[in-house]
Amino acid sequence: MSAYIVRRLLYALPILVGVNLITFALFFFVNSPDDMARMQLGAKRVTPEAIEKWKAERGYDLPLLWNDAASGVRKFTQTIFVQKSLRMFVFDFGYSEDKRNIAVEIRERMGPSLALQVPVFIVGLAVCITFALLLAFFRATYFDFWGVVLCVVMMSISMLFYIIGGQYVVSKVWHLVPISGFQGGLDAARFLVLPIVIGVVAGIGVSSRLYRTVFLEEIGKEYVRTARAKGLSEGLVLFRHVLRNALIPILTGVVAAIPFLFLGSLLSESFFGIPGLGSFTIEAIQSQDFAVVRSMVFIGAVLYIVALIATDISYTIADPRVRLQ
Amino acid sequence: MPVFLATDVLVWLLVATVAGYTLYCRRHVHLKESWHRVFRSPSAMASVTVLIVFAVVGLLDSVHFRPELPKKDAEGKAVYSTEVLSLLDVAFARLRGRGEKTYSAPLAMRSFAKEQVDSPDGRLVREFPRLRFGGAHLRDESEWAADVARKALTGLGVAALCAPLLWLAFRGLRRLAPTVPWSASFVSLVVMLALLAPAVALSSAYHVLGTDKVGQDIFYLAFKSIRTSIVIGTLTTIVLLPVGIALGMMAGYFRGWVDDVIQYVYTTLASIPGILLIAASVLMINVYLDRNAGLFPTAAQRADVKLLALCAILGLTSWTGLARLLRGETLKVSQLEYVQAAHAFGVASARVLTRHVLPNISHLVIIILALDFSGFVLAEAVLSYVGVGVDPSTNSFGTMINAARLEMSREPVVWWALATAFGFMLTLVLAANLFADAVRDGFDPRVRV
Repeated sequence: MSAYIVRRLLYALPILVGVNLITFALFFFVNSPDDMARMQLGAKRVTPEAIEKWKAERGYDLPLLWNDAASGVRKFTQTIFVQKSLRMFVFDFGYSEDKRNIAVEIRERMGPSLALQVPVFIVGLAVCITFALLLAFFRATYFDFWGVVLCVVMMSISMLFYIIGGQYVVSKVWHLVPISGFQGGLDAARFLVLPIVIGVVAGIGVSSRLYRTVFLEEIGKEYVRTARAKGLSEGLVLFRHVLRNALIPILTGVVAAIPFLFLGSLLSESFFGIPGLGSFTIEAIQSQDFAVVRSMVFIGAVLYIVALIATDISYTIADPRVRLQ
Repeated sequence: MPVFLATDVLVWLLVATVAGYTLYCRRHVHLKESWHRVFRSPSAMASVTVLIVFAVVGLLDSVHFRPELPKKDAEGKAVYSTEVLSLLDVAFARLRGRGEKTYSAPLAMRSFAKEQVDSPDGRLVREFPRLRFGGAHLRDESEWAADVARKALTGLGVAALCAPLLWLAFRGLRRLAPTVPWSASFVSLVVMLALLAPAVALSSAYHVLGTDKVGQDIFYLAFKSIRTSIVIGTLTTIVLLPVGIALGMMAGYFRGWVDDVIQYVYTTLASIPGILLIAASVLMINVYLDRNAGLFPTAAQRADVKLLALCAILGLTSWTGLARLLRGETLKVSQLEYVQAAHAFGVASARVLTRHVLPNISHLVIIILALDFSGFVLAEAVLSYVGVGVDPSTNSFGTMINAARLEMSREPVVWWALATAFGFMLTLVLAANLFADAVRDGFDPRVRV
């Protein structure tokens, strides 16, 4: 097992290098640092001196891949590629437009993001599995039919609507919770309740329908028929036999989502003013802070690889027949 | 002077492709069978009817031209306006020209914001002024309720007159294809007619769904936004399909190092969070367009290129799922006996892929296409909110929501723009989802027993 994980981690390296190259190409080849400087400075103040100053302040005044002016190994290291791109491998992300250390910022913002995402994840999973199980229990009845219709309608509604509508009704009309904001400690609960509920509700449509299909597939299998033939009640068949076996594909699918909880939720965090990684990303995109966007791309890729490995491992835990080699 | 925007050309090419595919299906029994299965479900017929109505609006909005100005230049040649209009704009000409100053509620007669007005006795008063167009024909405001009711009933009356004619048309269709549940299609058409006819009747004198911040009619804006949604939902496939199909099939068929390379490429792309990759690409395109501002003669063409670029970026970031799926299916299919027989006869790889493998995985392509459409329409709204969506000058549900969302904190609340955008979006996405479900049921071989 540990040998397998080590090998998978080694496989991950070329992927991270690939991501690194893609972001490097996107951010430095398609448009030169001069273009970015012009964009950041705005149309009015663009003078060649201002651009040079902007570049020098941020370390973009180096050559892209090869520095002729330097000597020895510094010909390679004193370049934008090494200084800006390769350094991300040691989680050194440099500084954002407003001169804050990105690595420190990320560490601080991970907490609020997790405080929002972990409850959404756990409660959402419990709600969706329960609802799907109910639909499967009442399969081929009106309850099942209208339940599926409800799921399709709910998945057709934009996430923006859940957030704007929820915020309007709960915070503005009913005055139950603050409209937006965040505080540390226990006070956070007041601010987090609504985004958590909205996150759960918005996910019901897609997930419940998926899980219902999984349950129905499982119900058609032969061990279920055997269990019924033994004279077990439908409830017992569903909870003891079907649920356990259907949880294998559901849980292994869900494991892949866990690492991304760190990234936070872009929309919820920015609407509710939660200082997490999601709002950090959105603010960076909106203020065109390329250093932050680049760092988040890299972190996202790292988390994706962690998710891939975690999924494989969860297979072996959930299903003993699977062996990793 | 006709204007051919890039997306217009591609949309009409797509229409031609769909027409070609329909002819192709008619001549191939297995495809005909599958589509028949799809259209035997009432929900598919109802949703496809709604989708066709949306598509017609989108297509009307995809024929652009620059109107001729009344004055001529020195040599007597016609002068064309720099404004690019579409056939839909012509149909809505009355609504387009009748802007107000700012917000006004649906069917309102007075503005939403107070203004300084000269009262008859010469003093300045702050009051809600009458609208320039909404209900301007009423001399006495007390006539409002009766007038609205009369117009709405006229609209309903026209709808009620049209319904029997439609019913006759559908009876003819039923005789042509008796197995298809035409009644579902008929009912959804009548419902749409009953909603639209009063709205159109009222729009002759009022702003049915209110006006936005700069006084544009929301009813008109919502119809203009349909095209953007449809373009994003369909044109994305132009990039997604060729790349996804070619790479997926090659990985599954050739295996070995080809498989390794392709898998590496799509794992790398998939490992970048979608929204970030899209955001990064769109930011880069924006910088590029800013640098080359002189490339496009009109603002509409510039906005159009941005829309097309957004489609291409969405396509490039979302082909990985399709490729992975097709790779797995190709692995399975290329083990089958008829493929091995083709090998034994010495058929070239390219031919095996196109003649023997592709037709047997194409059902997956159709299913994925139908499923992806609604996802792209929803994604557009989110991307526009984040600020990396379509050009702000392009009408879309995303820009509508984005402009209206800040007004939710006003008192009294400005709800109509948001409600309209969500209503239209929900209708479109729900119809697309229901249709995708029917397509999946019709094409999934596991359902076939």
